[in-house]
Amino acid sequence: MSLISFFIIRLSPVDPLAELKLNPSVSKETLQRETERLGLDKPITVQYGKWARSFLKGDLGITSNGEQVSVKLKERIPNTLLLTVIVIFLTWIAGVPLGVLAAVNRQTPLDRILTVLTSVGMAIPSFFFAVLLLIFAVKTGWFPVGGLTSSNFLEMTFGAKVWDITHHLILPVTVLFTISLAGLQRQMRGNLLDVLDSDYVKFARAKGLSEAKVIYKHALRNAVNPMITMLGFEFAGLLSGAALTEYVFQYPGLGRLILEAVLRSDINLVMASLMMGAVMLVLGNLLADIMLILTDPRIRGQHV
Amino acid sequence: MFKEIYQNLIKDKFARIALVVLVIIYAALLFADFIAPYGRDFSDRTMAYVPPSKVFTIDENGKFSRPYTYNYIRDFDDENLQITYRFDRSKKHYLRFFRAGHLVSVPEDGRLFLLGTDINGRDVFSRLLFGGRISMTIGFLALFVLFPIGLLYGGIAGYFGGKTDMLMMRFAEAVMSIPSFYLLIILASILPSGMKSVQRFMLIVVILALIGWAGFARVVRGMVLSVKDLEFVQAAKSIGASRLRIIIKHILPQTTSYVIVAMTLSVPSYILSESGLSFLGLGIQQPDASWGNMLKEAQEFINIISRPWLLTPGFLIFVAVLAFNVIGDTIRDVLDPKSKVRG
Repeated sequence: MSLISFFIIRLSPVDPLAELKLNPSVSKETLQRETERLGLDKPITVQYGKWARSFLKGDLGITSNGEQVSVKLKERIPNTLLLTVIVIFLTWIAGVPLGVLAAVNRQTPLDRILTVLTSVGMAIPSFFFAVLLLIFAVKTGWFPVGGLTSSNFLEMTFGAKVWDITHHLILPVTVLFTISLAGLQRQMRGNLLDVLDSDYVKFARAKGLSEAKVIYKHALRNAVNPMITMLGFEFAGLLSGAALTEYVFQYPGLGRLILEAVLRSDINLVMASLMMGAVMLVLGNLLADIMLILTDPRIRGQHV
Repeated sequence: MFKEIYQNLIKDKFARIALVVLVIIYAALLFADFIAPYGRDFSDRTMAYVPPSKVFTIDENGKFSRPYTYNYIRDFDDENLQITYRFDRSKKHYLRFFRAGHLVSVPEDGRLFLLGTDINGRDVFSRLLFGGRISMTIGFLALFVLFPIGLLYGGIAGYFGGKTDMLMMRFAEAVMSIPSFYLLIILASILPSGMKSVQRFMLIVVILALIGWAGFARVVRGMVLSVKDLEFVQAAKSIGASRLRIIIKHILPQTTSYVIVAMTLSVPSYILSESGLSFLGLGIQQPDASWGNMLKEAQEFINIISRPWLLTPGFLIFVAVLAFNVIGDTIRDVLDPKSKVRG
């Protein structure tokens, strides 16, 4: 993975230090040090080795403004994590029950309405939705526009700080929530319908269990499992969707960082944030696996 | 199979509407040169950000008249530093139909901006039509690049199995592990500037295809695994067919219905990706129009507040994607026997 992204970027006809060279505030020595650190005068395989080694050591180089990449990332990653974790949490809280509701009431007007709503949610481009919400925010003045904190953030009390961040988060969360909710609800509905069609559910019903017990005790647990597996990839999708949303809302997250880095062709920053994205993805998958072990006794059995 | 798909599309109320919407959109795009009042390169710099023209059918005396429109005059308000527009009521410009190769047009000195103009005084309505040609075809083109690659890749990995399979799938998973939009913008950003627009268009198609093939190949591999030991494959083997021939001629056709479903369901995501890229300025470049890069102007507050007509491409993207989704869902219900119970 790191190989792929490294070669894609290095083989591009962009001089990685072009911006640095143009920036008068960056001294000649720094430039020299960077060239040496990246081994730009050596063949590409050596470059990769050098890069990978310094990456593992935690030295991510400097941005085209001369700042430390690692510092920049440290400041952005928590913001993106905050956003995505909130969104995933909310979509699960709302999406699973809505999916169950639709599956249980299949073919009724309620199900139809939910289907139409999710179709709309899936079709609206995230950036367009974000722009529409921005109009709303500007027109009503109810929500702050852009950023994560107000300008007087540092002087606030703790409670006010929390409120300030929440207030700034509402709009981006709404955008991402709407879009990922639609997908999750559909999946939940589909999975539950599949499960409801299976033999053990028929058996549970034949045994005379109440409908609620059949659904919540027997069907739901099996229907949720494939979705936990998908959680990791959902995370990836969310990171992608977040990039555009962060951009529109001027939210200081990883997605916007990478976008700005790309637009400035700031190689160190692009590479580092790309790797961070992938690392977060792997962690997401790991987390999903652990949760699966917790929820599915069959998997637990295999390992013990 | 195709007959069944068609019948179901007609039968279902939503799918029928979606089909009609798409046919209208594509027909409009096909005849864009005729329907658009202005050509691809038209721009009137004195007419930047003009609001949509009003078409009058009742004249100032309250009588019916042939449809006509007024030009706008731009005024600059020195006190509030604002630009305002008002009608130039001194001259009526009557609409002409089917003249000079356009459906609707006004005489030389008049201006007909059905959806207003953008920063360069270009007619938004005309650009919507020309831009739609790019936005609505780029997804299909990407699919035609991506599907053969994914099919063959998944087919080979699944059929050969063992080490080949392991290596090929690890590589595909590596590609999948990069958040797709990050990869997309990075690939798009390394395109050299100063390319011809056709070249750029083709490269964006290739980039979009590069993003999607891995996930698709994985599913194909799974399907190949499930059929590769069946009798008809053994029969082909026993008469001495080459391995490539077995994969292409015997195994891959088994995946047809999945391919059709996956294709219709993924067209919208490519439309969205292209518009997202262009929105950021990494996709289709000016002066060429695409729905995404037309929305780029909506990034400025002043535009979205006082010039709402610049948002029309967003609504079109929304409608088109919605229509594709509805049709894709219907086709899936027809082809995927499992989903039939879902109704």
